[in-house]
Amino acid sequence: MDWEVVIGLEVHAQLNTATKIFCGCPTTFGAEPNSHTCPVCLAMPGALPVLNEAAVDKAIAFGLAIGAELNRHSVFARKNYFYPDLPKGYQISQYELPVVGKGRLTVQMADGSEKVIGVTRAHLEEDAGKSLHEAFVGQTGIDLNRAGTPLLEIVSEPDMRSSAEAVAYLKKLHALVRYLEICDGNMQEGSFRCDANVSLRRPGAPFGTRAEIKNLNSFRFLEKAIEYEILRQKDILESGGSIVQETRLYDANRDETRSMRNKEEANDYRYFPDPDLLPLVLAEARIEKVRQSLPELPDAKRERFMQAYQLSAYDAGVLTAGRDLADYYERVADGVEGKLAANWVMGDLLGALNKAGVEIQDCPVSAEKLRLLVQRIEDKTISGKIAKEIFEEIFHQGGEIDAIIDSRGLRQITDVAAIAAMVDEIIAANPQQVAGFRAGKDKLLGFFVGQVMKASQGKANPDQVNALLLERLQKPE
Amino acid sequence: MAFDEDAVRRTAYLARLALPMDEVPAVANQLEKIMALVEELCAISTEGVLPMAHPLDLEQPLRPDQVSNHDERQRLMASAPATEHGLFLVPKVIE
Repeated sequence: MDWEVVIGLEVHAQLNTATKIFCGCPTTFGAEPNSHTCPVCLAMPGALPVLNEAAVDKAIAFGLAIGAELNRHSVFARKNYFYPDLPKGYQISQYELPVVGKGRLTVQMADGSEKVIGVTRAHLEEDAGKSLHEAFVGQTGIDLNRAGTPLLEIVSEPDMRSSAEAVAYLKKLHALVRYLEICDGNMQEGSFRCDANVSLRRPGAPFGTRAEIKNLNSFRFLEKAIEYEILRQKDILESGGSIVQETRLYDANRDETRSMRNKEEANDYRYFPDPDLLPLVLAEARIEKVRQSLPELPDAKRERFMQAYQLSAYDAGVLTAGRDLADYYERVADGVEGKLAANWVMGDLLGALNKAGVEIQDCPVSAEKLRLLVQRIEDKTISGKIAKEIFEEIFHQGGEIDAIIDSRGLRQITDVAAIAAMVDEIIAANPQQVAGFRAGKDKLLGFFVGQVMKASQGKANPDQVNALLLERLQKPE
Repeated sequence: MAFDEDAVRRTAYLARLALPMDEVPAVANQLEKIMALVEELCAISTEGVLPMAHPLDLEQPLRPDQVSNHDERQRLMASAPATEHGLFLVPKVIE
């Protein structure tokens, strides 16, 4: 009998505010340890937290983007636990009344199907500091620069049924926070982190006991950790055992998850409303102001790309997966044929970026330059093949397209007389093949086209070569 | 609701209180009495009453997202028992 996997994700998105959530300390990454601290985030007695309005607005933007209920009245609560990088002995979070309620996200799967994943809630909370265990013998160093950085914790419903669905959801969420410009999405630096709840059940049966997997800081690790966890739980269940509800850590080096062996009482957080903070009330005017400032969102952009540029759902999906790529594509496609521009961006450009390990925002070829290259194909100055060579050159060495075309004599030959001369020469030089073609070996046409293109160093217009060859070869002598 | 000695020890552990063992029975007795008071409150009908998150009938003021604190690390860390390279030092917390 088959097992069905049930997956829910908890994502922590660090909100890209200038200051921390409850104090005016900067949030910039990579500063000297503890240089971004103050009595509030160090938990000095008597210090009072005051909520950052930008964190609230970014939470509202997220809620609007997933069509969620925004709670007009939400409450901050203390989540109590002890760890040295949490100076207050509690984390300020939201518990019973989060700022963002139920919403949903539609994800596109590789086979073109769509699936709606429910978002249970999203709430505001503060991040903890960082512990450095390696640097000191017998001691741990604590850097509290990150303590108090605003986080939006986004909790999904247990709606995903495969690792592929979980990855698709996480990618969609990642693209969304980047579109909204509420989080930089940097997974290596930890500004977009994911925990996965994974359980197995027989189809139709109630949910099984879940394990929570932590430390998933890339899409690939999420996929691999879930795949590993499915096998582990299946082994246990099929040999008659039962799953222990626990937190497990994914170890990328060994490609396995292992138990974190929490102390049994460690999970009693004793939440209660934080008396230092008053209830957060969202005024309609504030919500409306955020709504007005929302950018075009991925789903709407995808629809528009399909209409405006005559792209397939797949192409439009790839091009709108990230806001930077979508913007780049639109600049390329401005004034040229949409599908041709899409082929260049998705093919040669993304291929070259991938190979070089470069992100689109650092692309060495500007969108305007790529557009000019496409225009030179459209106006028949160069062939597609020559364009690929020029692209390789400007991607790696830079340079101006028209200057390269002129200085290297790459201009496509469209002069009928010149092409006809080459065609005649090739026909004269290959009497055997000519006889073969005339005897019915149609496939030999390819041979002739190849010879003429070679003779022209790739510059002859292929359509004209074809037409002239057919005309000459079919004419009886 | 029973607040026995086990519950006292567990609560003390969660709050990281070093409660002397000989005080546990007395504390259990006191907490039991507080729980009895809570039991009494539970008898009141609260239907239709929203949970109160704060005794003041006010809403949270918001702060503009502008940096207002500057590096005062030296002064702020002066009272820490141990520091090195700008880090607070604590007993090792990982095995």
